[in-house]
Amino acid sequence: MSSVHEEAPVGTGSTFSRRLGLLVAVGLVAVFVLGIFLTEPDQRINPDTGEIIGQFDAVRLLYVHVPTILMAYLAFIVTAVGSFMYLRKKSMAWDILAYSAAEVGVVFTFLGLLTGSIWGRPIWNTWWQWGDVRIMTTLVMFLMYIGYLALRSVEAADPGIQARRAAIVGLIGVLNIPIVNRSVEWWPNRTIHQRSTFLEDKFDGLTFFTLMLALLVFAGLFSWLMMHRFRLGWLQHQRDTEGLDVAISARRAEAEGQFATVAVDGSVVDGSES
Amino acid sequence: MTQLGYIIAGWVSTFGVLGAYAVLLINRGKAVSREVAEDRRRWMTTDMPEAAGAKGK
Repeated sequence: MSSVHEEAPVGTGSTFSRRLGLLVAVGLVAVFVLGIFLTEPDQRINPDTGEIIGQFDAVRLLYVHVPTILMAYLAFIVTAVGSFMYLRKKSMAWDILAYSAAEVGVVFTFLGLLTGSIWGRPIWNTWWQWGDVRIMTTLVMFLMYIGYLALRSVEAADPGIQARRAAIVGLIGVLNIPIVNRSVEWWPNRTIHQRSTFLEDKFDGLTFFTLMLALLVFAGLFSWLMMHRFRLGWLQHQRDTEGLDVAISARRAEAEGQFATVAVDGSVVDGSES
Repeated sequence: MTQLGYIIAGWVSTFGVLGAYAVLLINRGKAVSREVAEDRRRWMTTDMPEAAGAKGK
């Protein structure tokens, strides 16, 4: 093996992240095959009317819609934990974790809104319903975390201030999650959304298995994205502070040089180096 | 299969957005890591003997 410094890899990958990425890729293929080809469409007979009801093939969209929105919840919980820990420990690693999770969460929330809209067209006959509390609270959550990212990107004289104000928003933002999640129970007359997909117990075994597998695979994908996003944030932090650290080290070396000169020679009295 | 267009749109947009975001992250990571000294990329140095004890900040 040659010099580490000459051949050190560039990027945010590691052996573990590559293995996880491969596992997630295989999992996504499995979810795709199960979700599109092997599971049955959702159709049942209404016992009162004898009419065939259900979501039919549109149920296949739930294998991506439900995991994306649950990963968004998870991401914003991580943001809140990172924000709380930053305020306690004042460690930039927690701040980087918080805004990395917020960015990943925004991507998943966007996908949750998009796939929900696509699912709503065949099921509700509309792309978007402004009066629906679930959709509106999700949109508010999405916009709030875009605001969080915008606020986090506004530079302050002290990086601590930048991180602290973002942490406060990160802690407030997490309150959206129970509101979004429970909105269909709290305001049942203001939504066309179904209640919890899991609690209604209307899916057959393979459909339920596919949904659970999709959740697991998306959790792996979330972890993989978080790993890379955190490392990117860490690298950006290192890049931004490297110059400052070099300047501090140079100043220390200079001060130590002055001290050594005085101690050894005893001849320098004005503090300047030869 | 009914509603095929919606299903394709939903899956393609999900995989497309997540794939594009993943590629963006990896490319940004490569670009930024070139601007940072190797000893400050701590997750890459764990299997390197001289940096095994590095904890970073």
